Amino acid sequence: MKIALPMSILLAATLAACSTAPTQEPAPVAQPKPAATVPDAKVTPAPAPAKPAAAAPAPAPKDPFAELKDPKSLLSQRNVFFDYNSYEVKLDFFPVIEAHSKFLKKNTSGKILIQGSADERGSSEYNLALGQKRAEAVKGTLKVLGVKDEQMEAVSLGKEKPKNPGHDEAAWAENRRADILYKGEY
Amino acid sequence: MQRRHFLQAGSALALVPALARAELTVEISGLGNERIPIAIAMFGGENVLPKPVSDVVRSDLERSGMFRLVDAGPQPLADISRPDWSAWRTKGADVLLAGSVKRLADGSAEATFRLYDVVKQVEQKSAVLSFRVELGRNAGHWIADRVYEQLLGVPGIFSTQIAYVQKSGRHYMLQIAEYDGTNPISAFTDDEPIISPAWSPDGKRLAYVSFALKKPVIYLQTIATGNRQVVANFKGSNSAPAWSPDGKRLAIVLTKDGLSQIYLVNLDGSGLRRLMQSSGIDTEPCFSSDGKWLYFTSDRSGGPQIYRVALDGGDAQRVSYEGSYNVSPRLSPDGKTLAYISRNGGKFQLTVQDLSSQQTLILTDTNRDESPTFAPNGRLILYATEVGGRGVLSAVSVDGKIRYKPLQGNGDIREPAWGPLVS
Repeated sequence: MKIALPMSILLAATLAACSTAPTQEPAPVAQPKPAATVPDAKVTPAPAPAKPAAAAPAPAPKDPFAELKDPKSLLSQRNVFFDYNSYEVKLDFFPVIEAHSKFLKKNTSGKILIQGSADERGSSEYNLALGQKRAEAVKGTLKVLGVKDEQMEAVSLGKEKPKNPGHDEAAWAENRRADILYKGEY
Repeated sequence: MQRRHFLQAGSALALVPALARAELTVEISGLGNERIPIAIAMFGGENVLPKPVSDVVRSDLERSGMFRLVDAGPQPLADISRPDWSAWRTKGADVLLAGSVKRLADGSAEATFRLYDVVKQVEQKSAVLSFRVELGRNAGHWIADRVYEQLLGVPGIFSTQIAYVQKSGRHYMLQIAEYDGTNPISAFTDDEPIISPAWSPDGKRLAYVSFALKKPVIYLQTIATGNRQVVANFKGSNSAPAWSPDGKRLAIVLTKDGLSQIYLVNLDGSGLRRLMQSSGIDTEPCFSSDGKWLYFTSDRSGGPQIYRVALDGGDAQRVSYEGSYNVSPRLSPDGKTLAYISRNGGKFQLTVQDLSSQQTLILTDTNRDESPTFAPNGRLILYATEVGGRGVLSAVSVDGKIRYKPLQGNGDIREPAWGPLVS
C-alpha cells in the first residue's frame, strides 16, 4: 500500500519571499514652502511705509500646512506622552491637542493618523491594544474639541516601533505615547 | 505485512538553504527512569544519502527528551530481521530500531525500518518508505514520528514546522523552519514589523499582521505560492488572527468600533460579525480544538486576564485568577491545559493551568517570556523569551521536566507559531 505524504511543501515559499517595502521614511509635507516674504534688506534703506495702505494687495496665499512644521508653532509638537498603565491625556498636553483641534477645524481637508504606542513589557497583541487606547484617548479629546471623525484615524503600533530602543524606565516612558501625523507624513 | 509509504515534497526542494542555523537542543531531559532506552543501529546502505537516516532519527528522539540513546555501535545489523536479543539486552536497550536503505532504479531511495521490543523479543512496527534522495532528512523525521507514536501513544512532531519573526537590523522576516529551527526560509520580508503569525489547520497558509501600511493590517499568505491577500484593513487597527479549527474563518481583533474587540470573519473578508461587546480591551483570541470555545485576553476587570466565551453565545467566563496580569492564552490540542504568560513580581513567565483542577504551574525562570505555542501533540510549548538582551525561542515540556537551550538567530527572534501535524 502506498500512502501519499505531503511534506515540506512550504519550501516553495522561498520563491515567493516577496518584499513589499517601499521606502517608508516620513515624507516631508508635500506642500511647497511659502515664498519669502521678507524684503531684501539691502535695497530698502528707506524707512518702510509707516502702515500698509488699506488697499495694499493681499499677501500671497500662504500654505496653511506649513505651520505644522514651524518649530515656533504648537502644531509642530506631535507627541503626547502617558503615565505607566495610563490612558488619560495629561493636562500638560492639552494646549498641543487644542492647537491641533483648531487647525483641523479650520482646515477641514486636513487628515491625521494618531499612532499609539506602548512600552516593551508584556505581549505584542496586548500592547497593541494598549497603544490603541492611547491613540483613542487623543482622538476622543480632539473629537470633544470639535474635530470631525472623518479627519482622524486612531491606530496602534503597540511595542513594535519604540522611539527609544532602551530597556529602562526612561526609555519606557518615552515609548508610552501617541503621535499625531498629518496626511503626507506617513 | 509491511506498509509501504511514499514521501512527497514540493518541487522547490533545491532551494533549501545549505546552512542549518542553531538547533533547539535539550538542556534538561526527563528523569532517567522515565526515558525509554533505545538503540538505533546504523541503517545498512544509508551512506548513499547526503545525511544518514539513522542520525536524524537519533537526534529527533533524543531531542524529544523522552528517550535515552543506547550506543548501537558503528555497524548496521547483519540481518535486520534477526536481532541478537541477548546482545541488545546486555547493552541496556529496551527498544531497538534497525533499518536499511537502498537506491532504486529511478534514482530515488527506499528505507525499511523495523522496531523491536527487546524485552518481549517481538517486532513492534515496520514500514518501507520511498523518497527522493535529497529528502533523506525528512525521511528520518518520518521514521522518528512513527517510532515516537508507537512507543508513546501520541504523534511525533518531528515532521512539523514552526513559523517565527526574525528582526535583523531594520529587516523583519517571517521565517518558516523545521520544528527544531533547522533550515529556515523566509516567507515574507519587510522593513516594517510583522507580528502574530498563525498557521491554517492544514498547514498551507499563514495569517499574520503587517505594519507596512503604517498601521496593523491582517494578511493571509499561501505558503507554496507566496500569494498574499488582505483579510482585514478596517479603519483603526487590525490584529491577532486566530484560525477556527475547520480552517474556514478567523477570529480577529478590530478597533473600528472603538477599543480592541473580537470579530469573526471569513477568509475572503466577508461575513464580518462582532462576537461580543465589552467596555474594555478584548484581544488574543484562541479557539478550542472542538471549535466550541474562544479563549481571549480582556481587561474588563481591570488588569488583563484570560476569559472564555462559547461561540454559540452566552456570557464570558473568567479563567485566570492568580496575579494581576495574564495574557496570550493558548489551549493545548486536547483542550485540557491552558498556557499563558503571567506577570509575577515584574517577571513575565510562561504558565500552564490545568483546566479541570485550575492548578497553575510557572514553567520558566526567565523574565520576558511571550507568545506560547503548543506542539501539535500537546507535549511541548515553544515560546519567545530574552537572553542577554536578545530575542530567542525556547521550549519546555508541559510538565516542566524537559527544557531546551534557546534557539538563536541573527538579531531577535520572536512571535513563534507551531504548525500543525503533517498527516
